Amino acid sequence: MEGILAEIVAKYNYWLYVVLMMIGFYAMIGKRNLVKKLLGMNIFQTAIILFFVSTGVKRGGGIPILDKYKVLEHGVDVAQVVNPLPHVLMLTAIVVAVSITGVALAILQRIYREYGTLEEDEILEKVGE
Amino acid sequence: MKNLALLATLVTGAILLYGTKDFAPWGDPGSPAATHLSPYYIENAVEQTHVPNLVTAVLGDYRGYDTMFETVVIYCAGMAVVSVLRRPKR
Amino acid sequence: MKRLQERAQNRPTGESPIIRMAVRVMIPFIQLFGLYVIVHGHYSPGGGFQGGVILGASFILMALAFDLKTTTDYFSEKANAILGNAGALIFTGLGALTAILGGLWLDYSALDRIIPLGPIEWRSMGIFLVEVGVGLAVMSIMVSLYWDLASGGDMDEGL
Repeated sequence: MEGILAEIVAKYNYWLYVVLMMIGFYAMIGKRNLVKKLLGMNIFQTAIILFFVSTGVKRGGGIPILDKYKVLEHGVDVAQVVNPLPHVLMLTAIVVAVSITGVALAILQRIYREYGTLEEDEILEKVGE
Repeated sequence: MKNLALLATLVTGAILLYGTKDFAPWGDPGSPAATHLSPYYIENAVEQTHVPNLVTAVLGDYRGYDTMFETVVIYCAGMAVVSVLRRPKR
Repeated sequence: MKRLQERAQNRPTGESPIIRMAVRVMIPFIQLFGLYVIVHGHYSPGGGFQGGVILGASFILMALAFDLKTTTDYFSEKANAILGNAGALIFTGLGALTAILGGLWLDYSALDRIIPLGPIEWRSMGIFLVEVGVGLAVMSIMVSLYWDLASGGDMDEGL
């Protein structure tokens, strides 16, 4: 028990992201409304983004914006700057998430225009007719 | 159906929580993510590009290819939304 | 300003004049801040994506406080399409230019052969040009997404 508690305290960020991801995943596969599925996907993406950003953290590290002239003269201590790579990857991931949401909303509007509903069961019934 | 979804979610969550056992603790400077590629960027980016903001330097220069196709992706998303929704003017 | 006032008076459903006044005052500052975020991306948090989203948000705010026609009066669909295409073209065109000049794709130091500034300064400059292209493309796509999603593709009143 002690060991598990120490493990949770040391890695509480990952536990939080897994819980957030489970919420999104359940909404994606358990809900029957297409808008709720889309919201679940957004929560899922947020969990992934938070997870990646948290892998870049270094205890005691500063922001990855350096003083140009100081760095050119003296160099930089790697442990003093957080990892910039996850920030870059997630910057692109956020914009891709926005475009995915936009396209998904457009397709949902088109489905609503065509079938008059966004409930999965009713759409499947109307498709089967 | 709902129960099946809940079960799948819980199983996935349990596997992922088991997977966190192998991750480095939060904020560890010696974690694998912080020791392989990023020291090169931190040490050399300012010298090689004269851009103090490392995120911009990596985004625009070292990973410019990635960013270029990402711009193409959002461009395609815009085109897709226009072509899915736009109705001809009556 | 004049057109905004006329538009606001002709509007059948009266919205709060406080909101309209506040938005009218805020929009120029939001756009100025968006441009600042784009061009100051080298020295502070920012860059093309963030600044482009701020610029797009200013037009979305205008469309929310007034209506969709007001936005298309100020920023026509044609101008939006031209800016978006220009943004994507600046990025890919810069990559093609560096490849033609004998460097690798998107290796900005090859641009030194046109204007000799020094390869390192050109890498900094190339990042700036790319950020401007990304900002234009993102702004255009954000505005276009809002226009189409809010009006269902009809481009009439909107929300």
